[in-house]
Amino acid sequence: MKRKTFLKTLLGVATLAALPLAKVAHAEDPIIIGEINHYKRLAAFAEPYKKGIELRLKEVNAAGGVLGRPIEFVFRDDQGKPGEAIKIAEELMTSEGAVMLTGTILSNVGLAISSYAAEKGYVYLASEPLADALVWSAGNPYTFRLRASTYMQASMLAEAAAKTDAVKYATIAPNYAYGKDAVAAFKSALTKLRPDVEFVAEQWPAVFKIDAGAEVQALERAKPDAIYNVTFGPDLAKFVREGTDRGLFDGRNVYGLLSGEPEYIDPLGEEAPEGWTVTGYPWYDLDSGPEGEFVAAYQAEYDDHPRLGSLVGYMTVQSIVAALEKAGSTETEAIRAAFEDLQLATPMGEITYRSIDNQSTAGAYVGTTTVRDGRGVMVDWEYKDGADYLPSDEEVQALRPAE
Amino acid sequence: MEFFVAQVLTGLANASSLFLVACGLSLIFGVTRIVNFAHGSLYMIGAYTGYSLMQVLPGAVGFWGSILIAGLVVGLVGLLIEILVLRPVYRAPELFQLVATFGVILVIQDLALLIWGPEDLLGPRAPGLRGVVRIMGEPIPKYDIALLIITPFVAVALWYLITKTRLGVLVRAATQDREMVGALGVNQSWLFTGVFALGSALAGLGGALQLPKGGADLLMDFNILAPVFVVVVIGGMGSLPGAYLAAIIISVLNVFGVSYLPESTLVLMFVVMIVVLMIRPYGLFGREEVAGEHGQVGEPERPIKPASNTVRMVVAAGLVLLALLPLYGSHFSLVLITDVLIFCLFAASLHFLLGTGGLVSFGHAAYYGGGAYVAALLVTHVNSPMELAFLLAPVGAGLVALAIGWVCLRLTGVYFAMLTLAFAQLIWSLVFQWGDVTGGDDGLVNIWPAEWLKATTVYFYFTLVIAVSGILILRHVAHSPFGYALRAARDSERQAEATGIDTRKVRLLAFGFAGFMGGLAGALFVFSKGSVFPNELEIARSFDALIVVFLGGVKTLAGGVVGAGFFKGIEEVLIRFEYWRLLMGLLIIFVVIAAPDGVVGSLRKGLERVGLRKVEDQ
Amino acid sequence: MSAVLETRGLTRHFGAIVAVDDVSFQLHRGELLALIGPNGAGKSTCFNMLMGQLKPTEGQVLLDGEEITGLLPRQVWRKGVGRTFQITATYASMTVVENVQMALLSHHGEILRFLPFATRQYREEALALLDLVSMADQADRHCAVLAYGDLKRMELAIALAHDPKVLLMDEPTAGMAPKERVGLMKLTADIVRSKGVSVLFTEHDMDVVFAHSHRIMVLNRGALIAEGTAEEIRTNTTVQEVYLGGGTVFADEGGAAHA
Repeated sequence: MKRKTFLKTLLGVATLAALPLAKVAHAEDPIIIGEINHYKRLAAFAEPYKKGIELRLKEVNAAGGVLGRPIEFVFRDDQGKPGEAIKIAEELMTSEGAVMLTGTILSNVGLAISSYAAEKGYVYLASEPLADALVWSAGNPYTFRLRASTYMQASMLAEAAAKTDAVKYATIAPNYAYGKDAVAAFKSALTKLRPDVEFVAEQWPAVFKIDAGAEVQALERAKPDAIYNVTFGPDLAKFVREGTDRGLFDGRNVYGLLSGEPEYIDPLGEEAPEGWTVTGYPWYDLDSGPEGEFVAAYQAEYDDHPRLGSLVGYMTVQSIVAALEKAGSTETEAIRAAFEDLQLATPMGEITYRSIDNQSTAGAYVGTTTVRDGRGVMVDWEYKDGADYLPSDEEVQALRPAE
Repeated sequence: MEFFVAQVLTGLANASSLFLVACGLSLIFGVTRIVNFAHGSLYMIGAYTGYSLMQVLPGAVGFWGSILIAGLVVGLVGLLIEILVLRPVYRAPELFQLVATFGVILVIQDLALLIWGPEDLLGPRAPGLRGVVRIMGEPIPKYDIALLIITPFVAVALWYLITKTRLGVLVRAATQDREMVGALGVNQSWLFTGVFALGSALAGLGGALQLPKGGADLLMDFNILAPVFVVVVIGGMGSLPGAYLAAIIISVLNVFGVSYLPESTLVLMFVVMIVVLMIRPYGLFGREEVAGEHGQVGEPERPIKPASNTVRMVVAAGLVLLALLPLYGSHFSLVLITDVLIFCLFAASLHFLLGTGGLVSFGHAAYYGGGAYVAALLVTHVNSPMELAFLLAPVGAGLVALAIGWVCLRLTGVYFAMLTLAFAQLIWSLVFQWGDVTGGDDGLVNIWPAEWLKATTVYFYFTLVIAVSGILILRHVAHSPFGYALRAARDSERQAEATGIDTRKVRLLAFGFAGFMGGLAGALFVFSKGSVFPNELEIARSFDALIVVFLGGVKTLAGGVVGAGFFKGIEEVLIRFEYWRLLMGLLIIFVVIAAPDGVVGSLRKGLERVGLRKVEDQ
Repeated sequence: MSAVLETRGLTRHFGAIVAVDDVSFQLHRGELLALIGPNGAGKSTCFNMLMGQLKPTEGQVLLDGEEITGLLPRQVWRKGVGRTFQITATYASMTVVENVQMALLSHHGEILRFLPFATRQYREEALALLDLVSMADQADRHCAVLAYGDLKRMELAIALAHDPKVLLMDEPTAGMAPKERVGLMKLTADIVRSKGVSVLFTEHDMDVVFAHSHRIMVLNRGALIAEGTAEEIRTNTTVQEVYLGGGTVFADEGGAAHA
């Protein structure tokens, strides 16, 4: 008897599987791009990103689309699980008729899709994940990356740090791959510029489980001249609050990776740290040129200010459209080839997808934080071109597996 | 010395929220025997509610008033949960209520997102308590001092409530002997409701009280869950002094861990828990659980029978239908069914332990993910051929299971479950931390099947054969003398031991066997995805399987597989909706209430009731 | 008559309490030996030491002259000692016949077999055993739905599965209706006669004891105070004193029999 119900379920599953999920694309149908992201639990990041995408899609389609066809994104939630993301990737490519994949904010999901894309021969534009491995140690011909990587952004901060007298550094980073990469990159870049610096403490709170009071005490005990922070989200808020209360940041240079991005600094409100050197996105100061036009267009469309993710989403569509136009087709191989050395103009300026490692030269804004009108902003900022913060071609070739 | 004192004070301040949340959980468990996994969600609601109230209530009075009101509001939420969700399922099998609380977690997650939005909320400062005081020259935030004072106060108030009031007498009596309280004419269901509401209020209070040290975000429900359970288990389930002491131990040790072993933050508390349980199997102040004392409510499991020829034919027909899927299904349907089959095997392996063995493992992902990692490590580091890696994966997972089982089988009941969870967490953190070998959370990628298996259709058949064989083997073993001996050990350890059965050995082998099968599922998984990440070892992965096994029906042989197929299928559909967690949570709660014997068990009863199925031997 | 089971100076302390004090006795082949005594006399402690549940503080247990002191219950069982429990211990999720088959599987060392269907192994033997206790007609019933008396008889069948030399029965008729009690003990007596098993049992019901046992031992406060035939015990003044004159009496029969 138990077998009977067992069987019923098997039948149910079989029926579900048999649903005609496959579709055949026609020439007038939109070009589908599969987008996978952590929409649900990281909605604060994913939603502005999605809005950026939709803004550019609207503009492109209003102007006649790409290759004479409208372009459309299918958005799917990866639940933060790499295995789930791969299944979705397969569904997008084989059932939804997507021509290529993009998305993911989580590095591990990005790496999983990247590996899968290479195996199956799908083009994947890793728009947001920062892991260096994506284009280097785990790089492959099918994966391209838009955003300035951990290495690049850490190098920008190291460059600023090298100009000061500080020699004793302490680091605090979430205890996982991104944190480890970010600390390693900062250390290597800074040591290269300033061989005399010394790292006196390394703190590794579990991600989103920081015990801020204890971490601050431990950092204080090491008496560093400067602190390099990689924590973000709720961890950053707790760290800043405890650190400020206990005077950890007084008289010390603090460097914060991504800490100036609106996604991270906005929630801190008036308690945003002052005087930190950070990478981020000073949209409030951008009122002219392509960068200003994007901010204005975004605000007009959504009645909200853009986050960095919004810009990345916008540039993702720009990149894909440029690649499709250059390819002149929606065939995988053509798109893949088109991405190599693809050049395009973005609100951040001209960027290039380097054929040597498939990394774009998009850069980042580096500046100093302060509190203005009850919220954290960056001042004295400068846009740093990503091309200047990548290792030499020889180093890159050594990092990448042979193709 | 100054530093030492400052460290201890920080630890004590941290213990505050942890204690409030943990003692609520402990109280609920002690009286109702419900393992309330939604406790973290109540804590989260407390934080969000407190935040919202503080936006409208001004000044110091507003601030502290908000915290109290948040506690009351969450108490009310707890009251509703108890009445609507838990009360209907008190008669269900042991730990079944846990599944209901899991449904509540999902519902609350989406409701919180709906109400408060996705952005992290930074908690407001306590008026007048900004800044630090210097104690022996070390800066200590004023709010920490406030917490240091508040916690003992709450603890004493609770102590008074429990030892000096009539409610307390009833609560203590219920913790000791539930039947007695019923016999004394106390309305037990209202006592349960009251205690659940009180425990919830404490969680809400804890959530609101930590606002000035952090804030409210959508991840805090799960983040608090592990430490709270560790505290409750270390303290001894049901013991308030135990929870207090354990909260302090964990918090203070954690502060020192941060200073002296910065990378220990992932595992420290689990190591402490393992050590404590090794020395004191029922926690610091816990009481030995007598087997079946409060567990086996409901009717006993029915006898099992080998399948009849008709049934076999029907199953064979179903399998043929599945095997023909490439002819009528889409390409993606193959990927989908591959996933479902793997999950079914994983769930079936857990069901073998849970159902046939009566061993509630909370850490089954250790073997699933373990198998996947064994294969991936072999491929990555020694360039092993896929076939060899695939064969060794379940063996490796089985060995891990034997090792873990060897330690855990000294314990019983909830403590056993928590110990399996702790070990799974240890393995997870080992993989997570040991980046050079395991790739850390960047995982191991490019783990693809051999050339002859690469095509999606071929891999689908491969999975179909392996997973179905695995499931049938698990099922057959349940019918074999070994499976019977395992059930005998579960039904009556006394009789089994008195008739020559070495129950520990049988259980240990069952552990290894289930681990082997879980590892097999993991091996199928890793080669189907081409990569593996630590999340395959996470608590959440263990619970995926646990939930479907319970929902499918622990006391039926097909429960695991049916539950897995059924819910994985539904999830595939629901996941396409924006608020799918809400729907999934409601569905789980609905199934728990409507089908307290699980899908299979309740279906069977339903058929008997309408006369479509012969009632066996009543 | 030779001794199948023998104890020498069996003693057990619980802290400062001496639950069983220097108990020595012999159980002869084919004998139905009763161990009686008021509540708290140490009967169960004594039993648990014979079966391996408790380790004696001092003394020896010999089975056919071989020392079995301190062996685990399952080892004692393998040596040829069967037992029934005061409160039945059965596999509630199995059928009656499967309960018996489990003991047979264990006896034949087939517990760790993965291949055969357990329910088809030793079914005939199990049915024969059930027939012996007049339970054959209920063989395929779910054991959880049986009446208590039937469970007791099933347990007896289980205990006989490995053809034991010695059968230990801890209050075999506890919880049964008076009429059933006589039936069960008559059945036991028949089995002793037909199979040559030696039985040691504890019992509260004196009718049962006097009607069926060949020999009776009386335990009080951990020590053996009398031994003999039913008639001898009935007329023994020490025993009368213990049972009738104050001290521990059988008044609280329902209470725990544990020392």
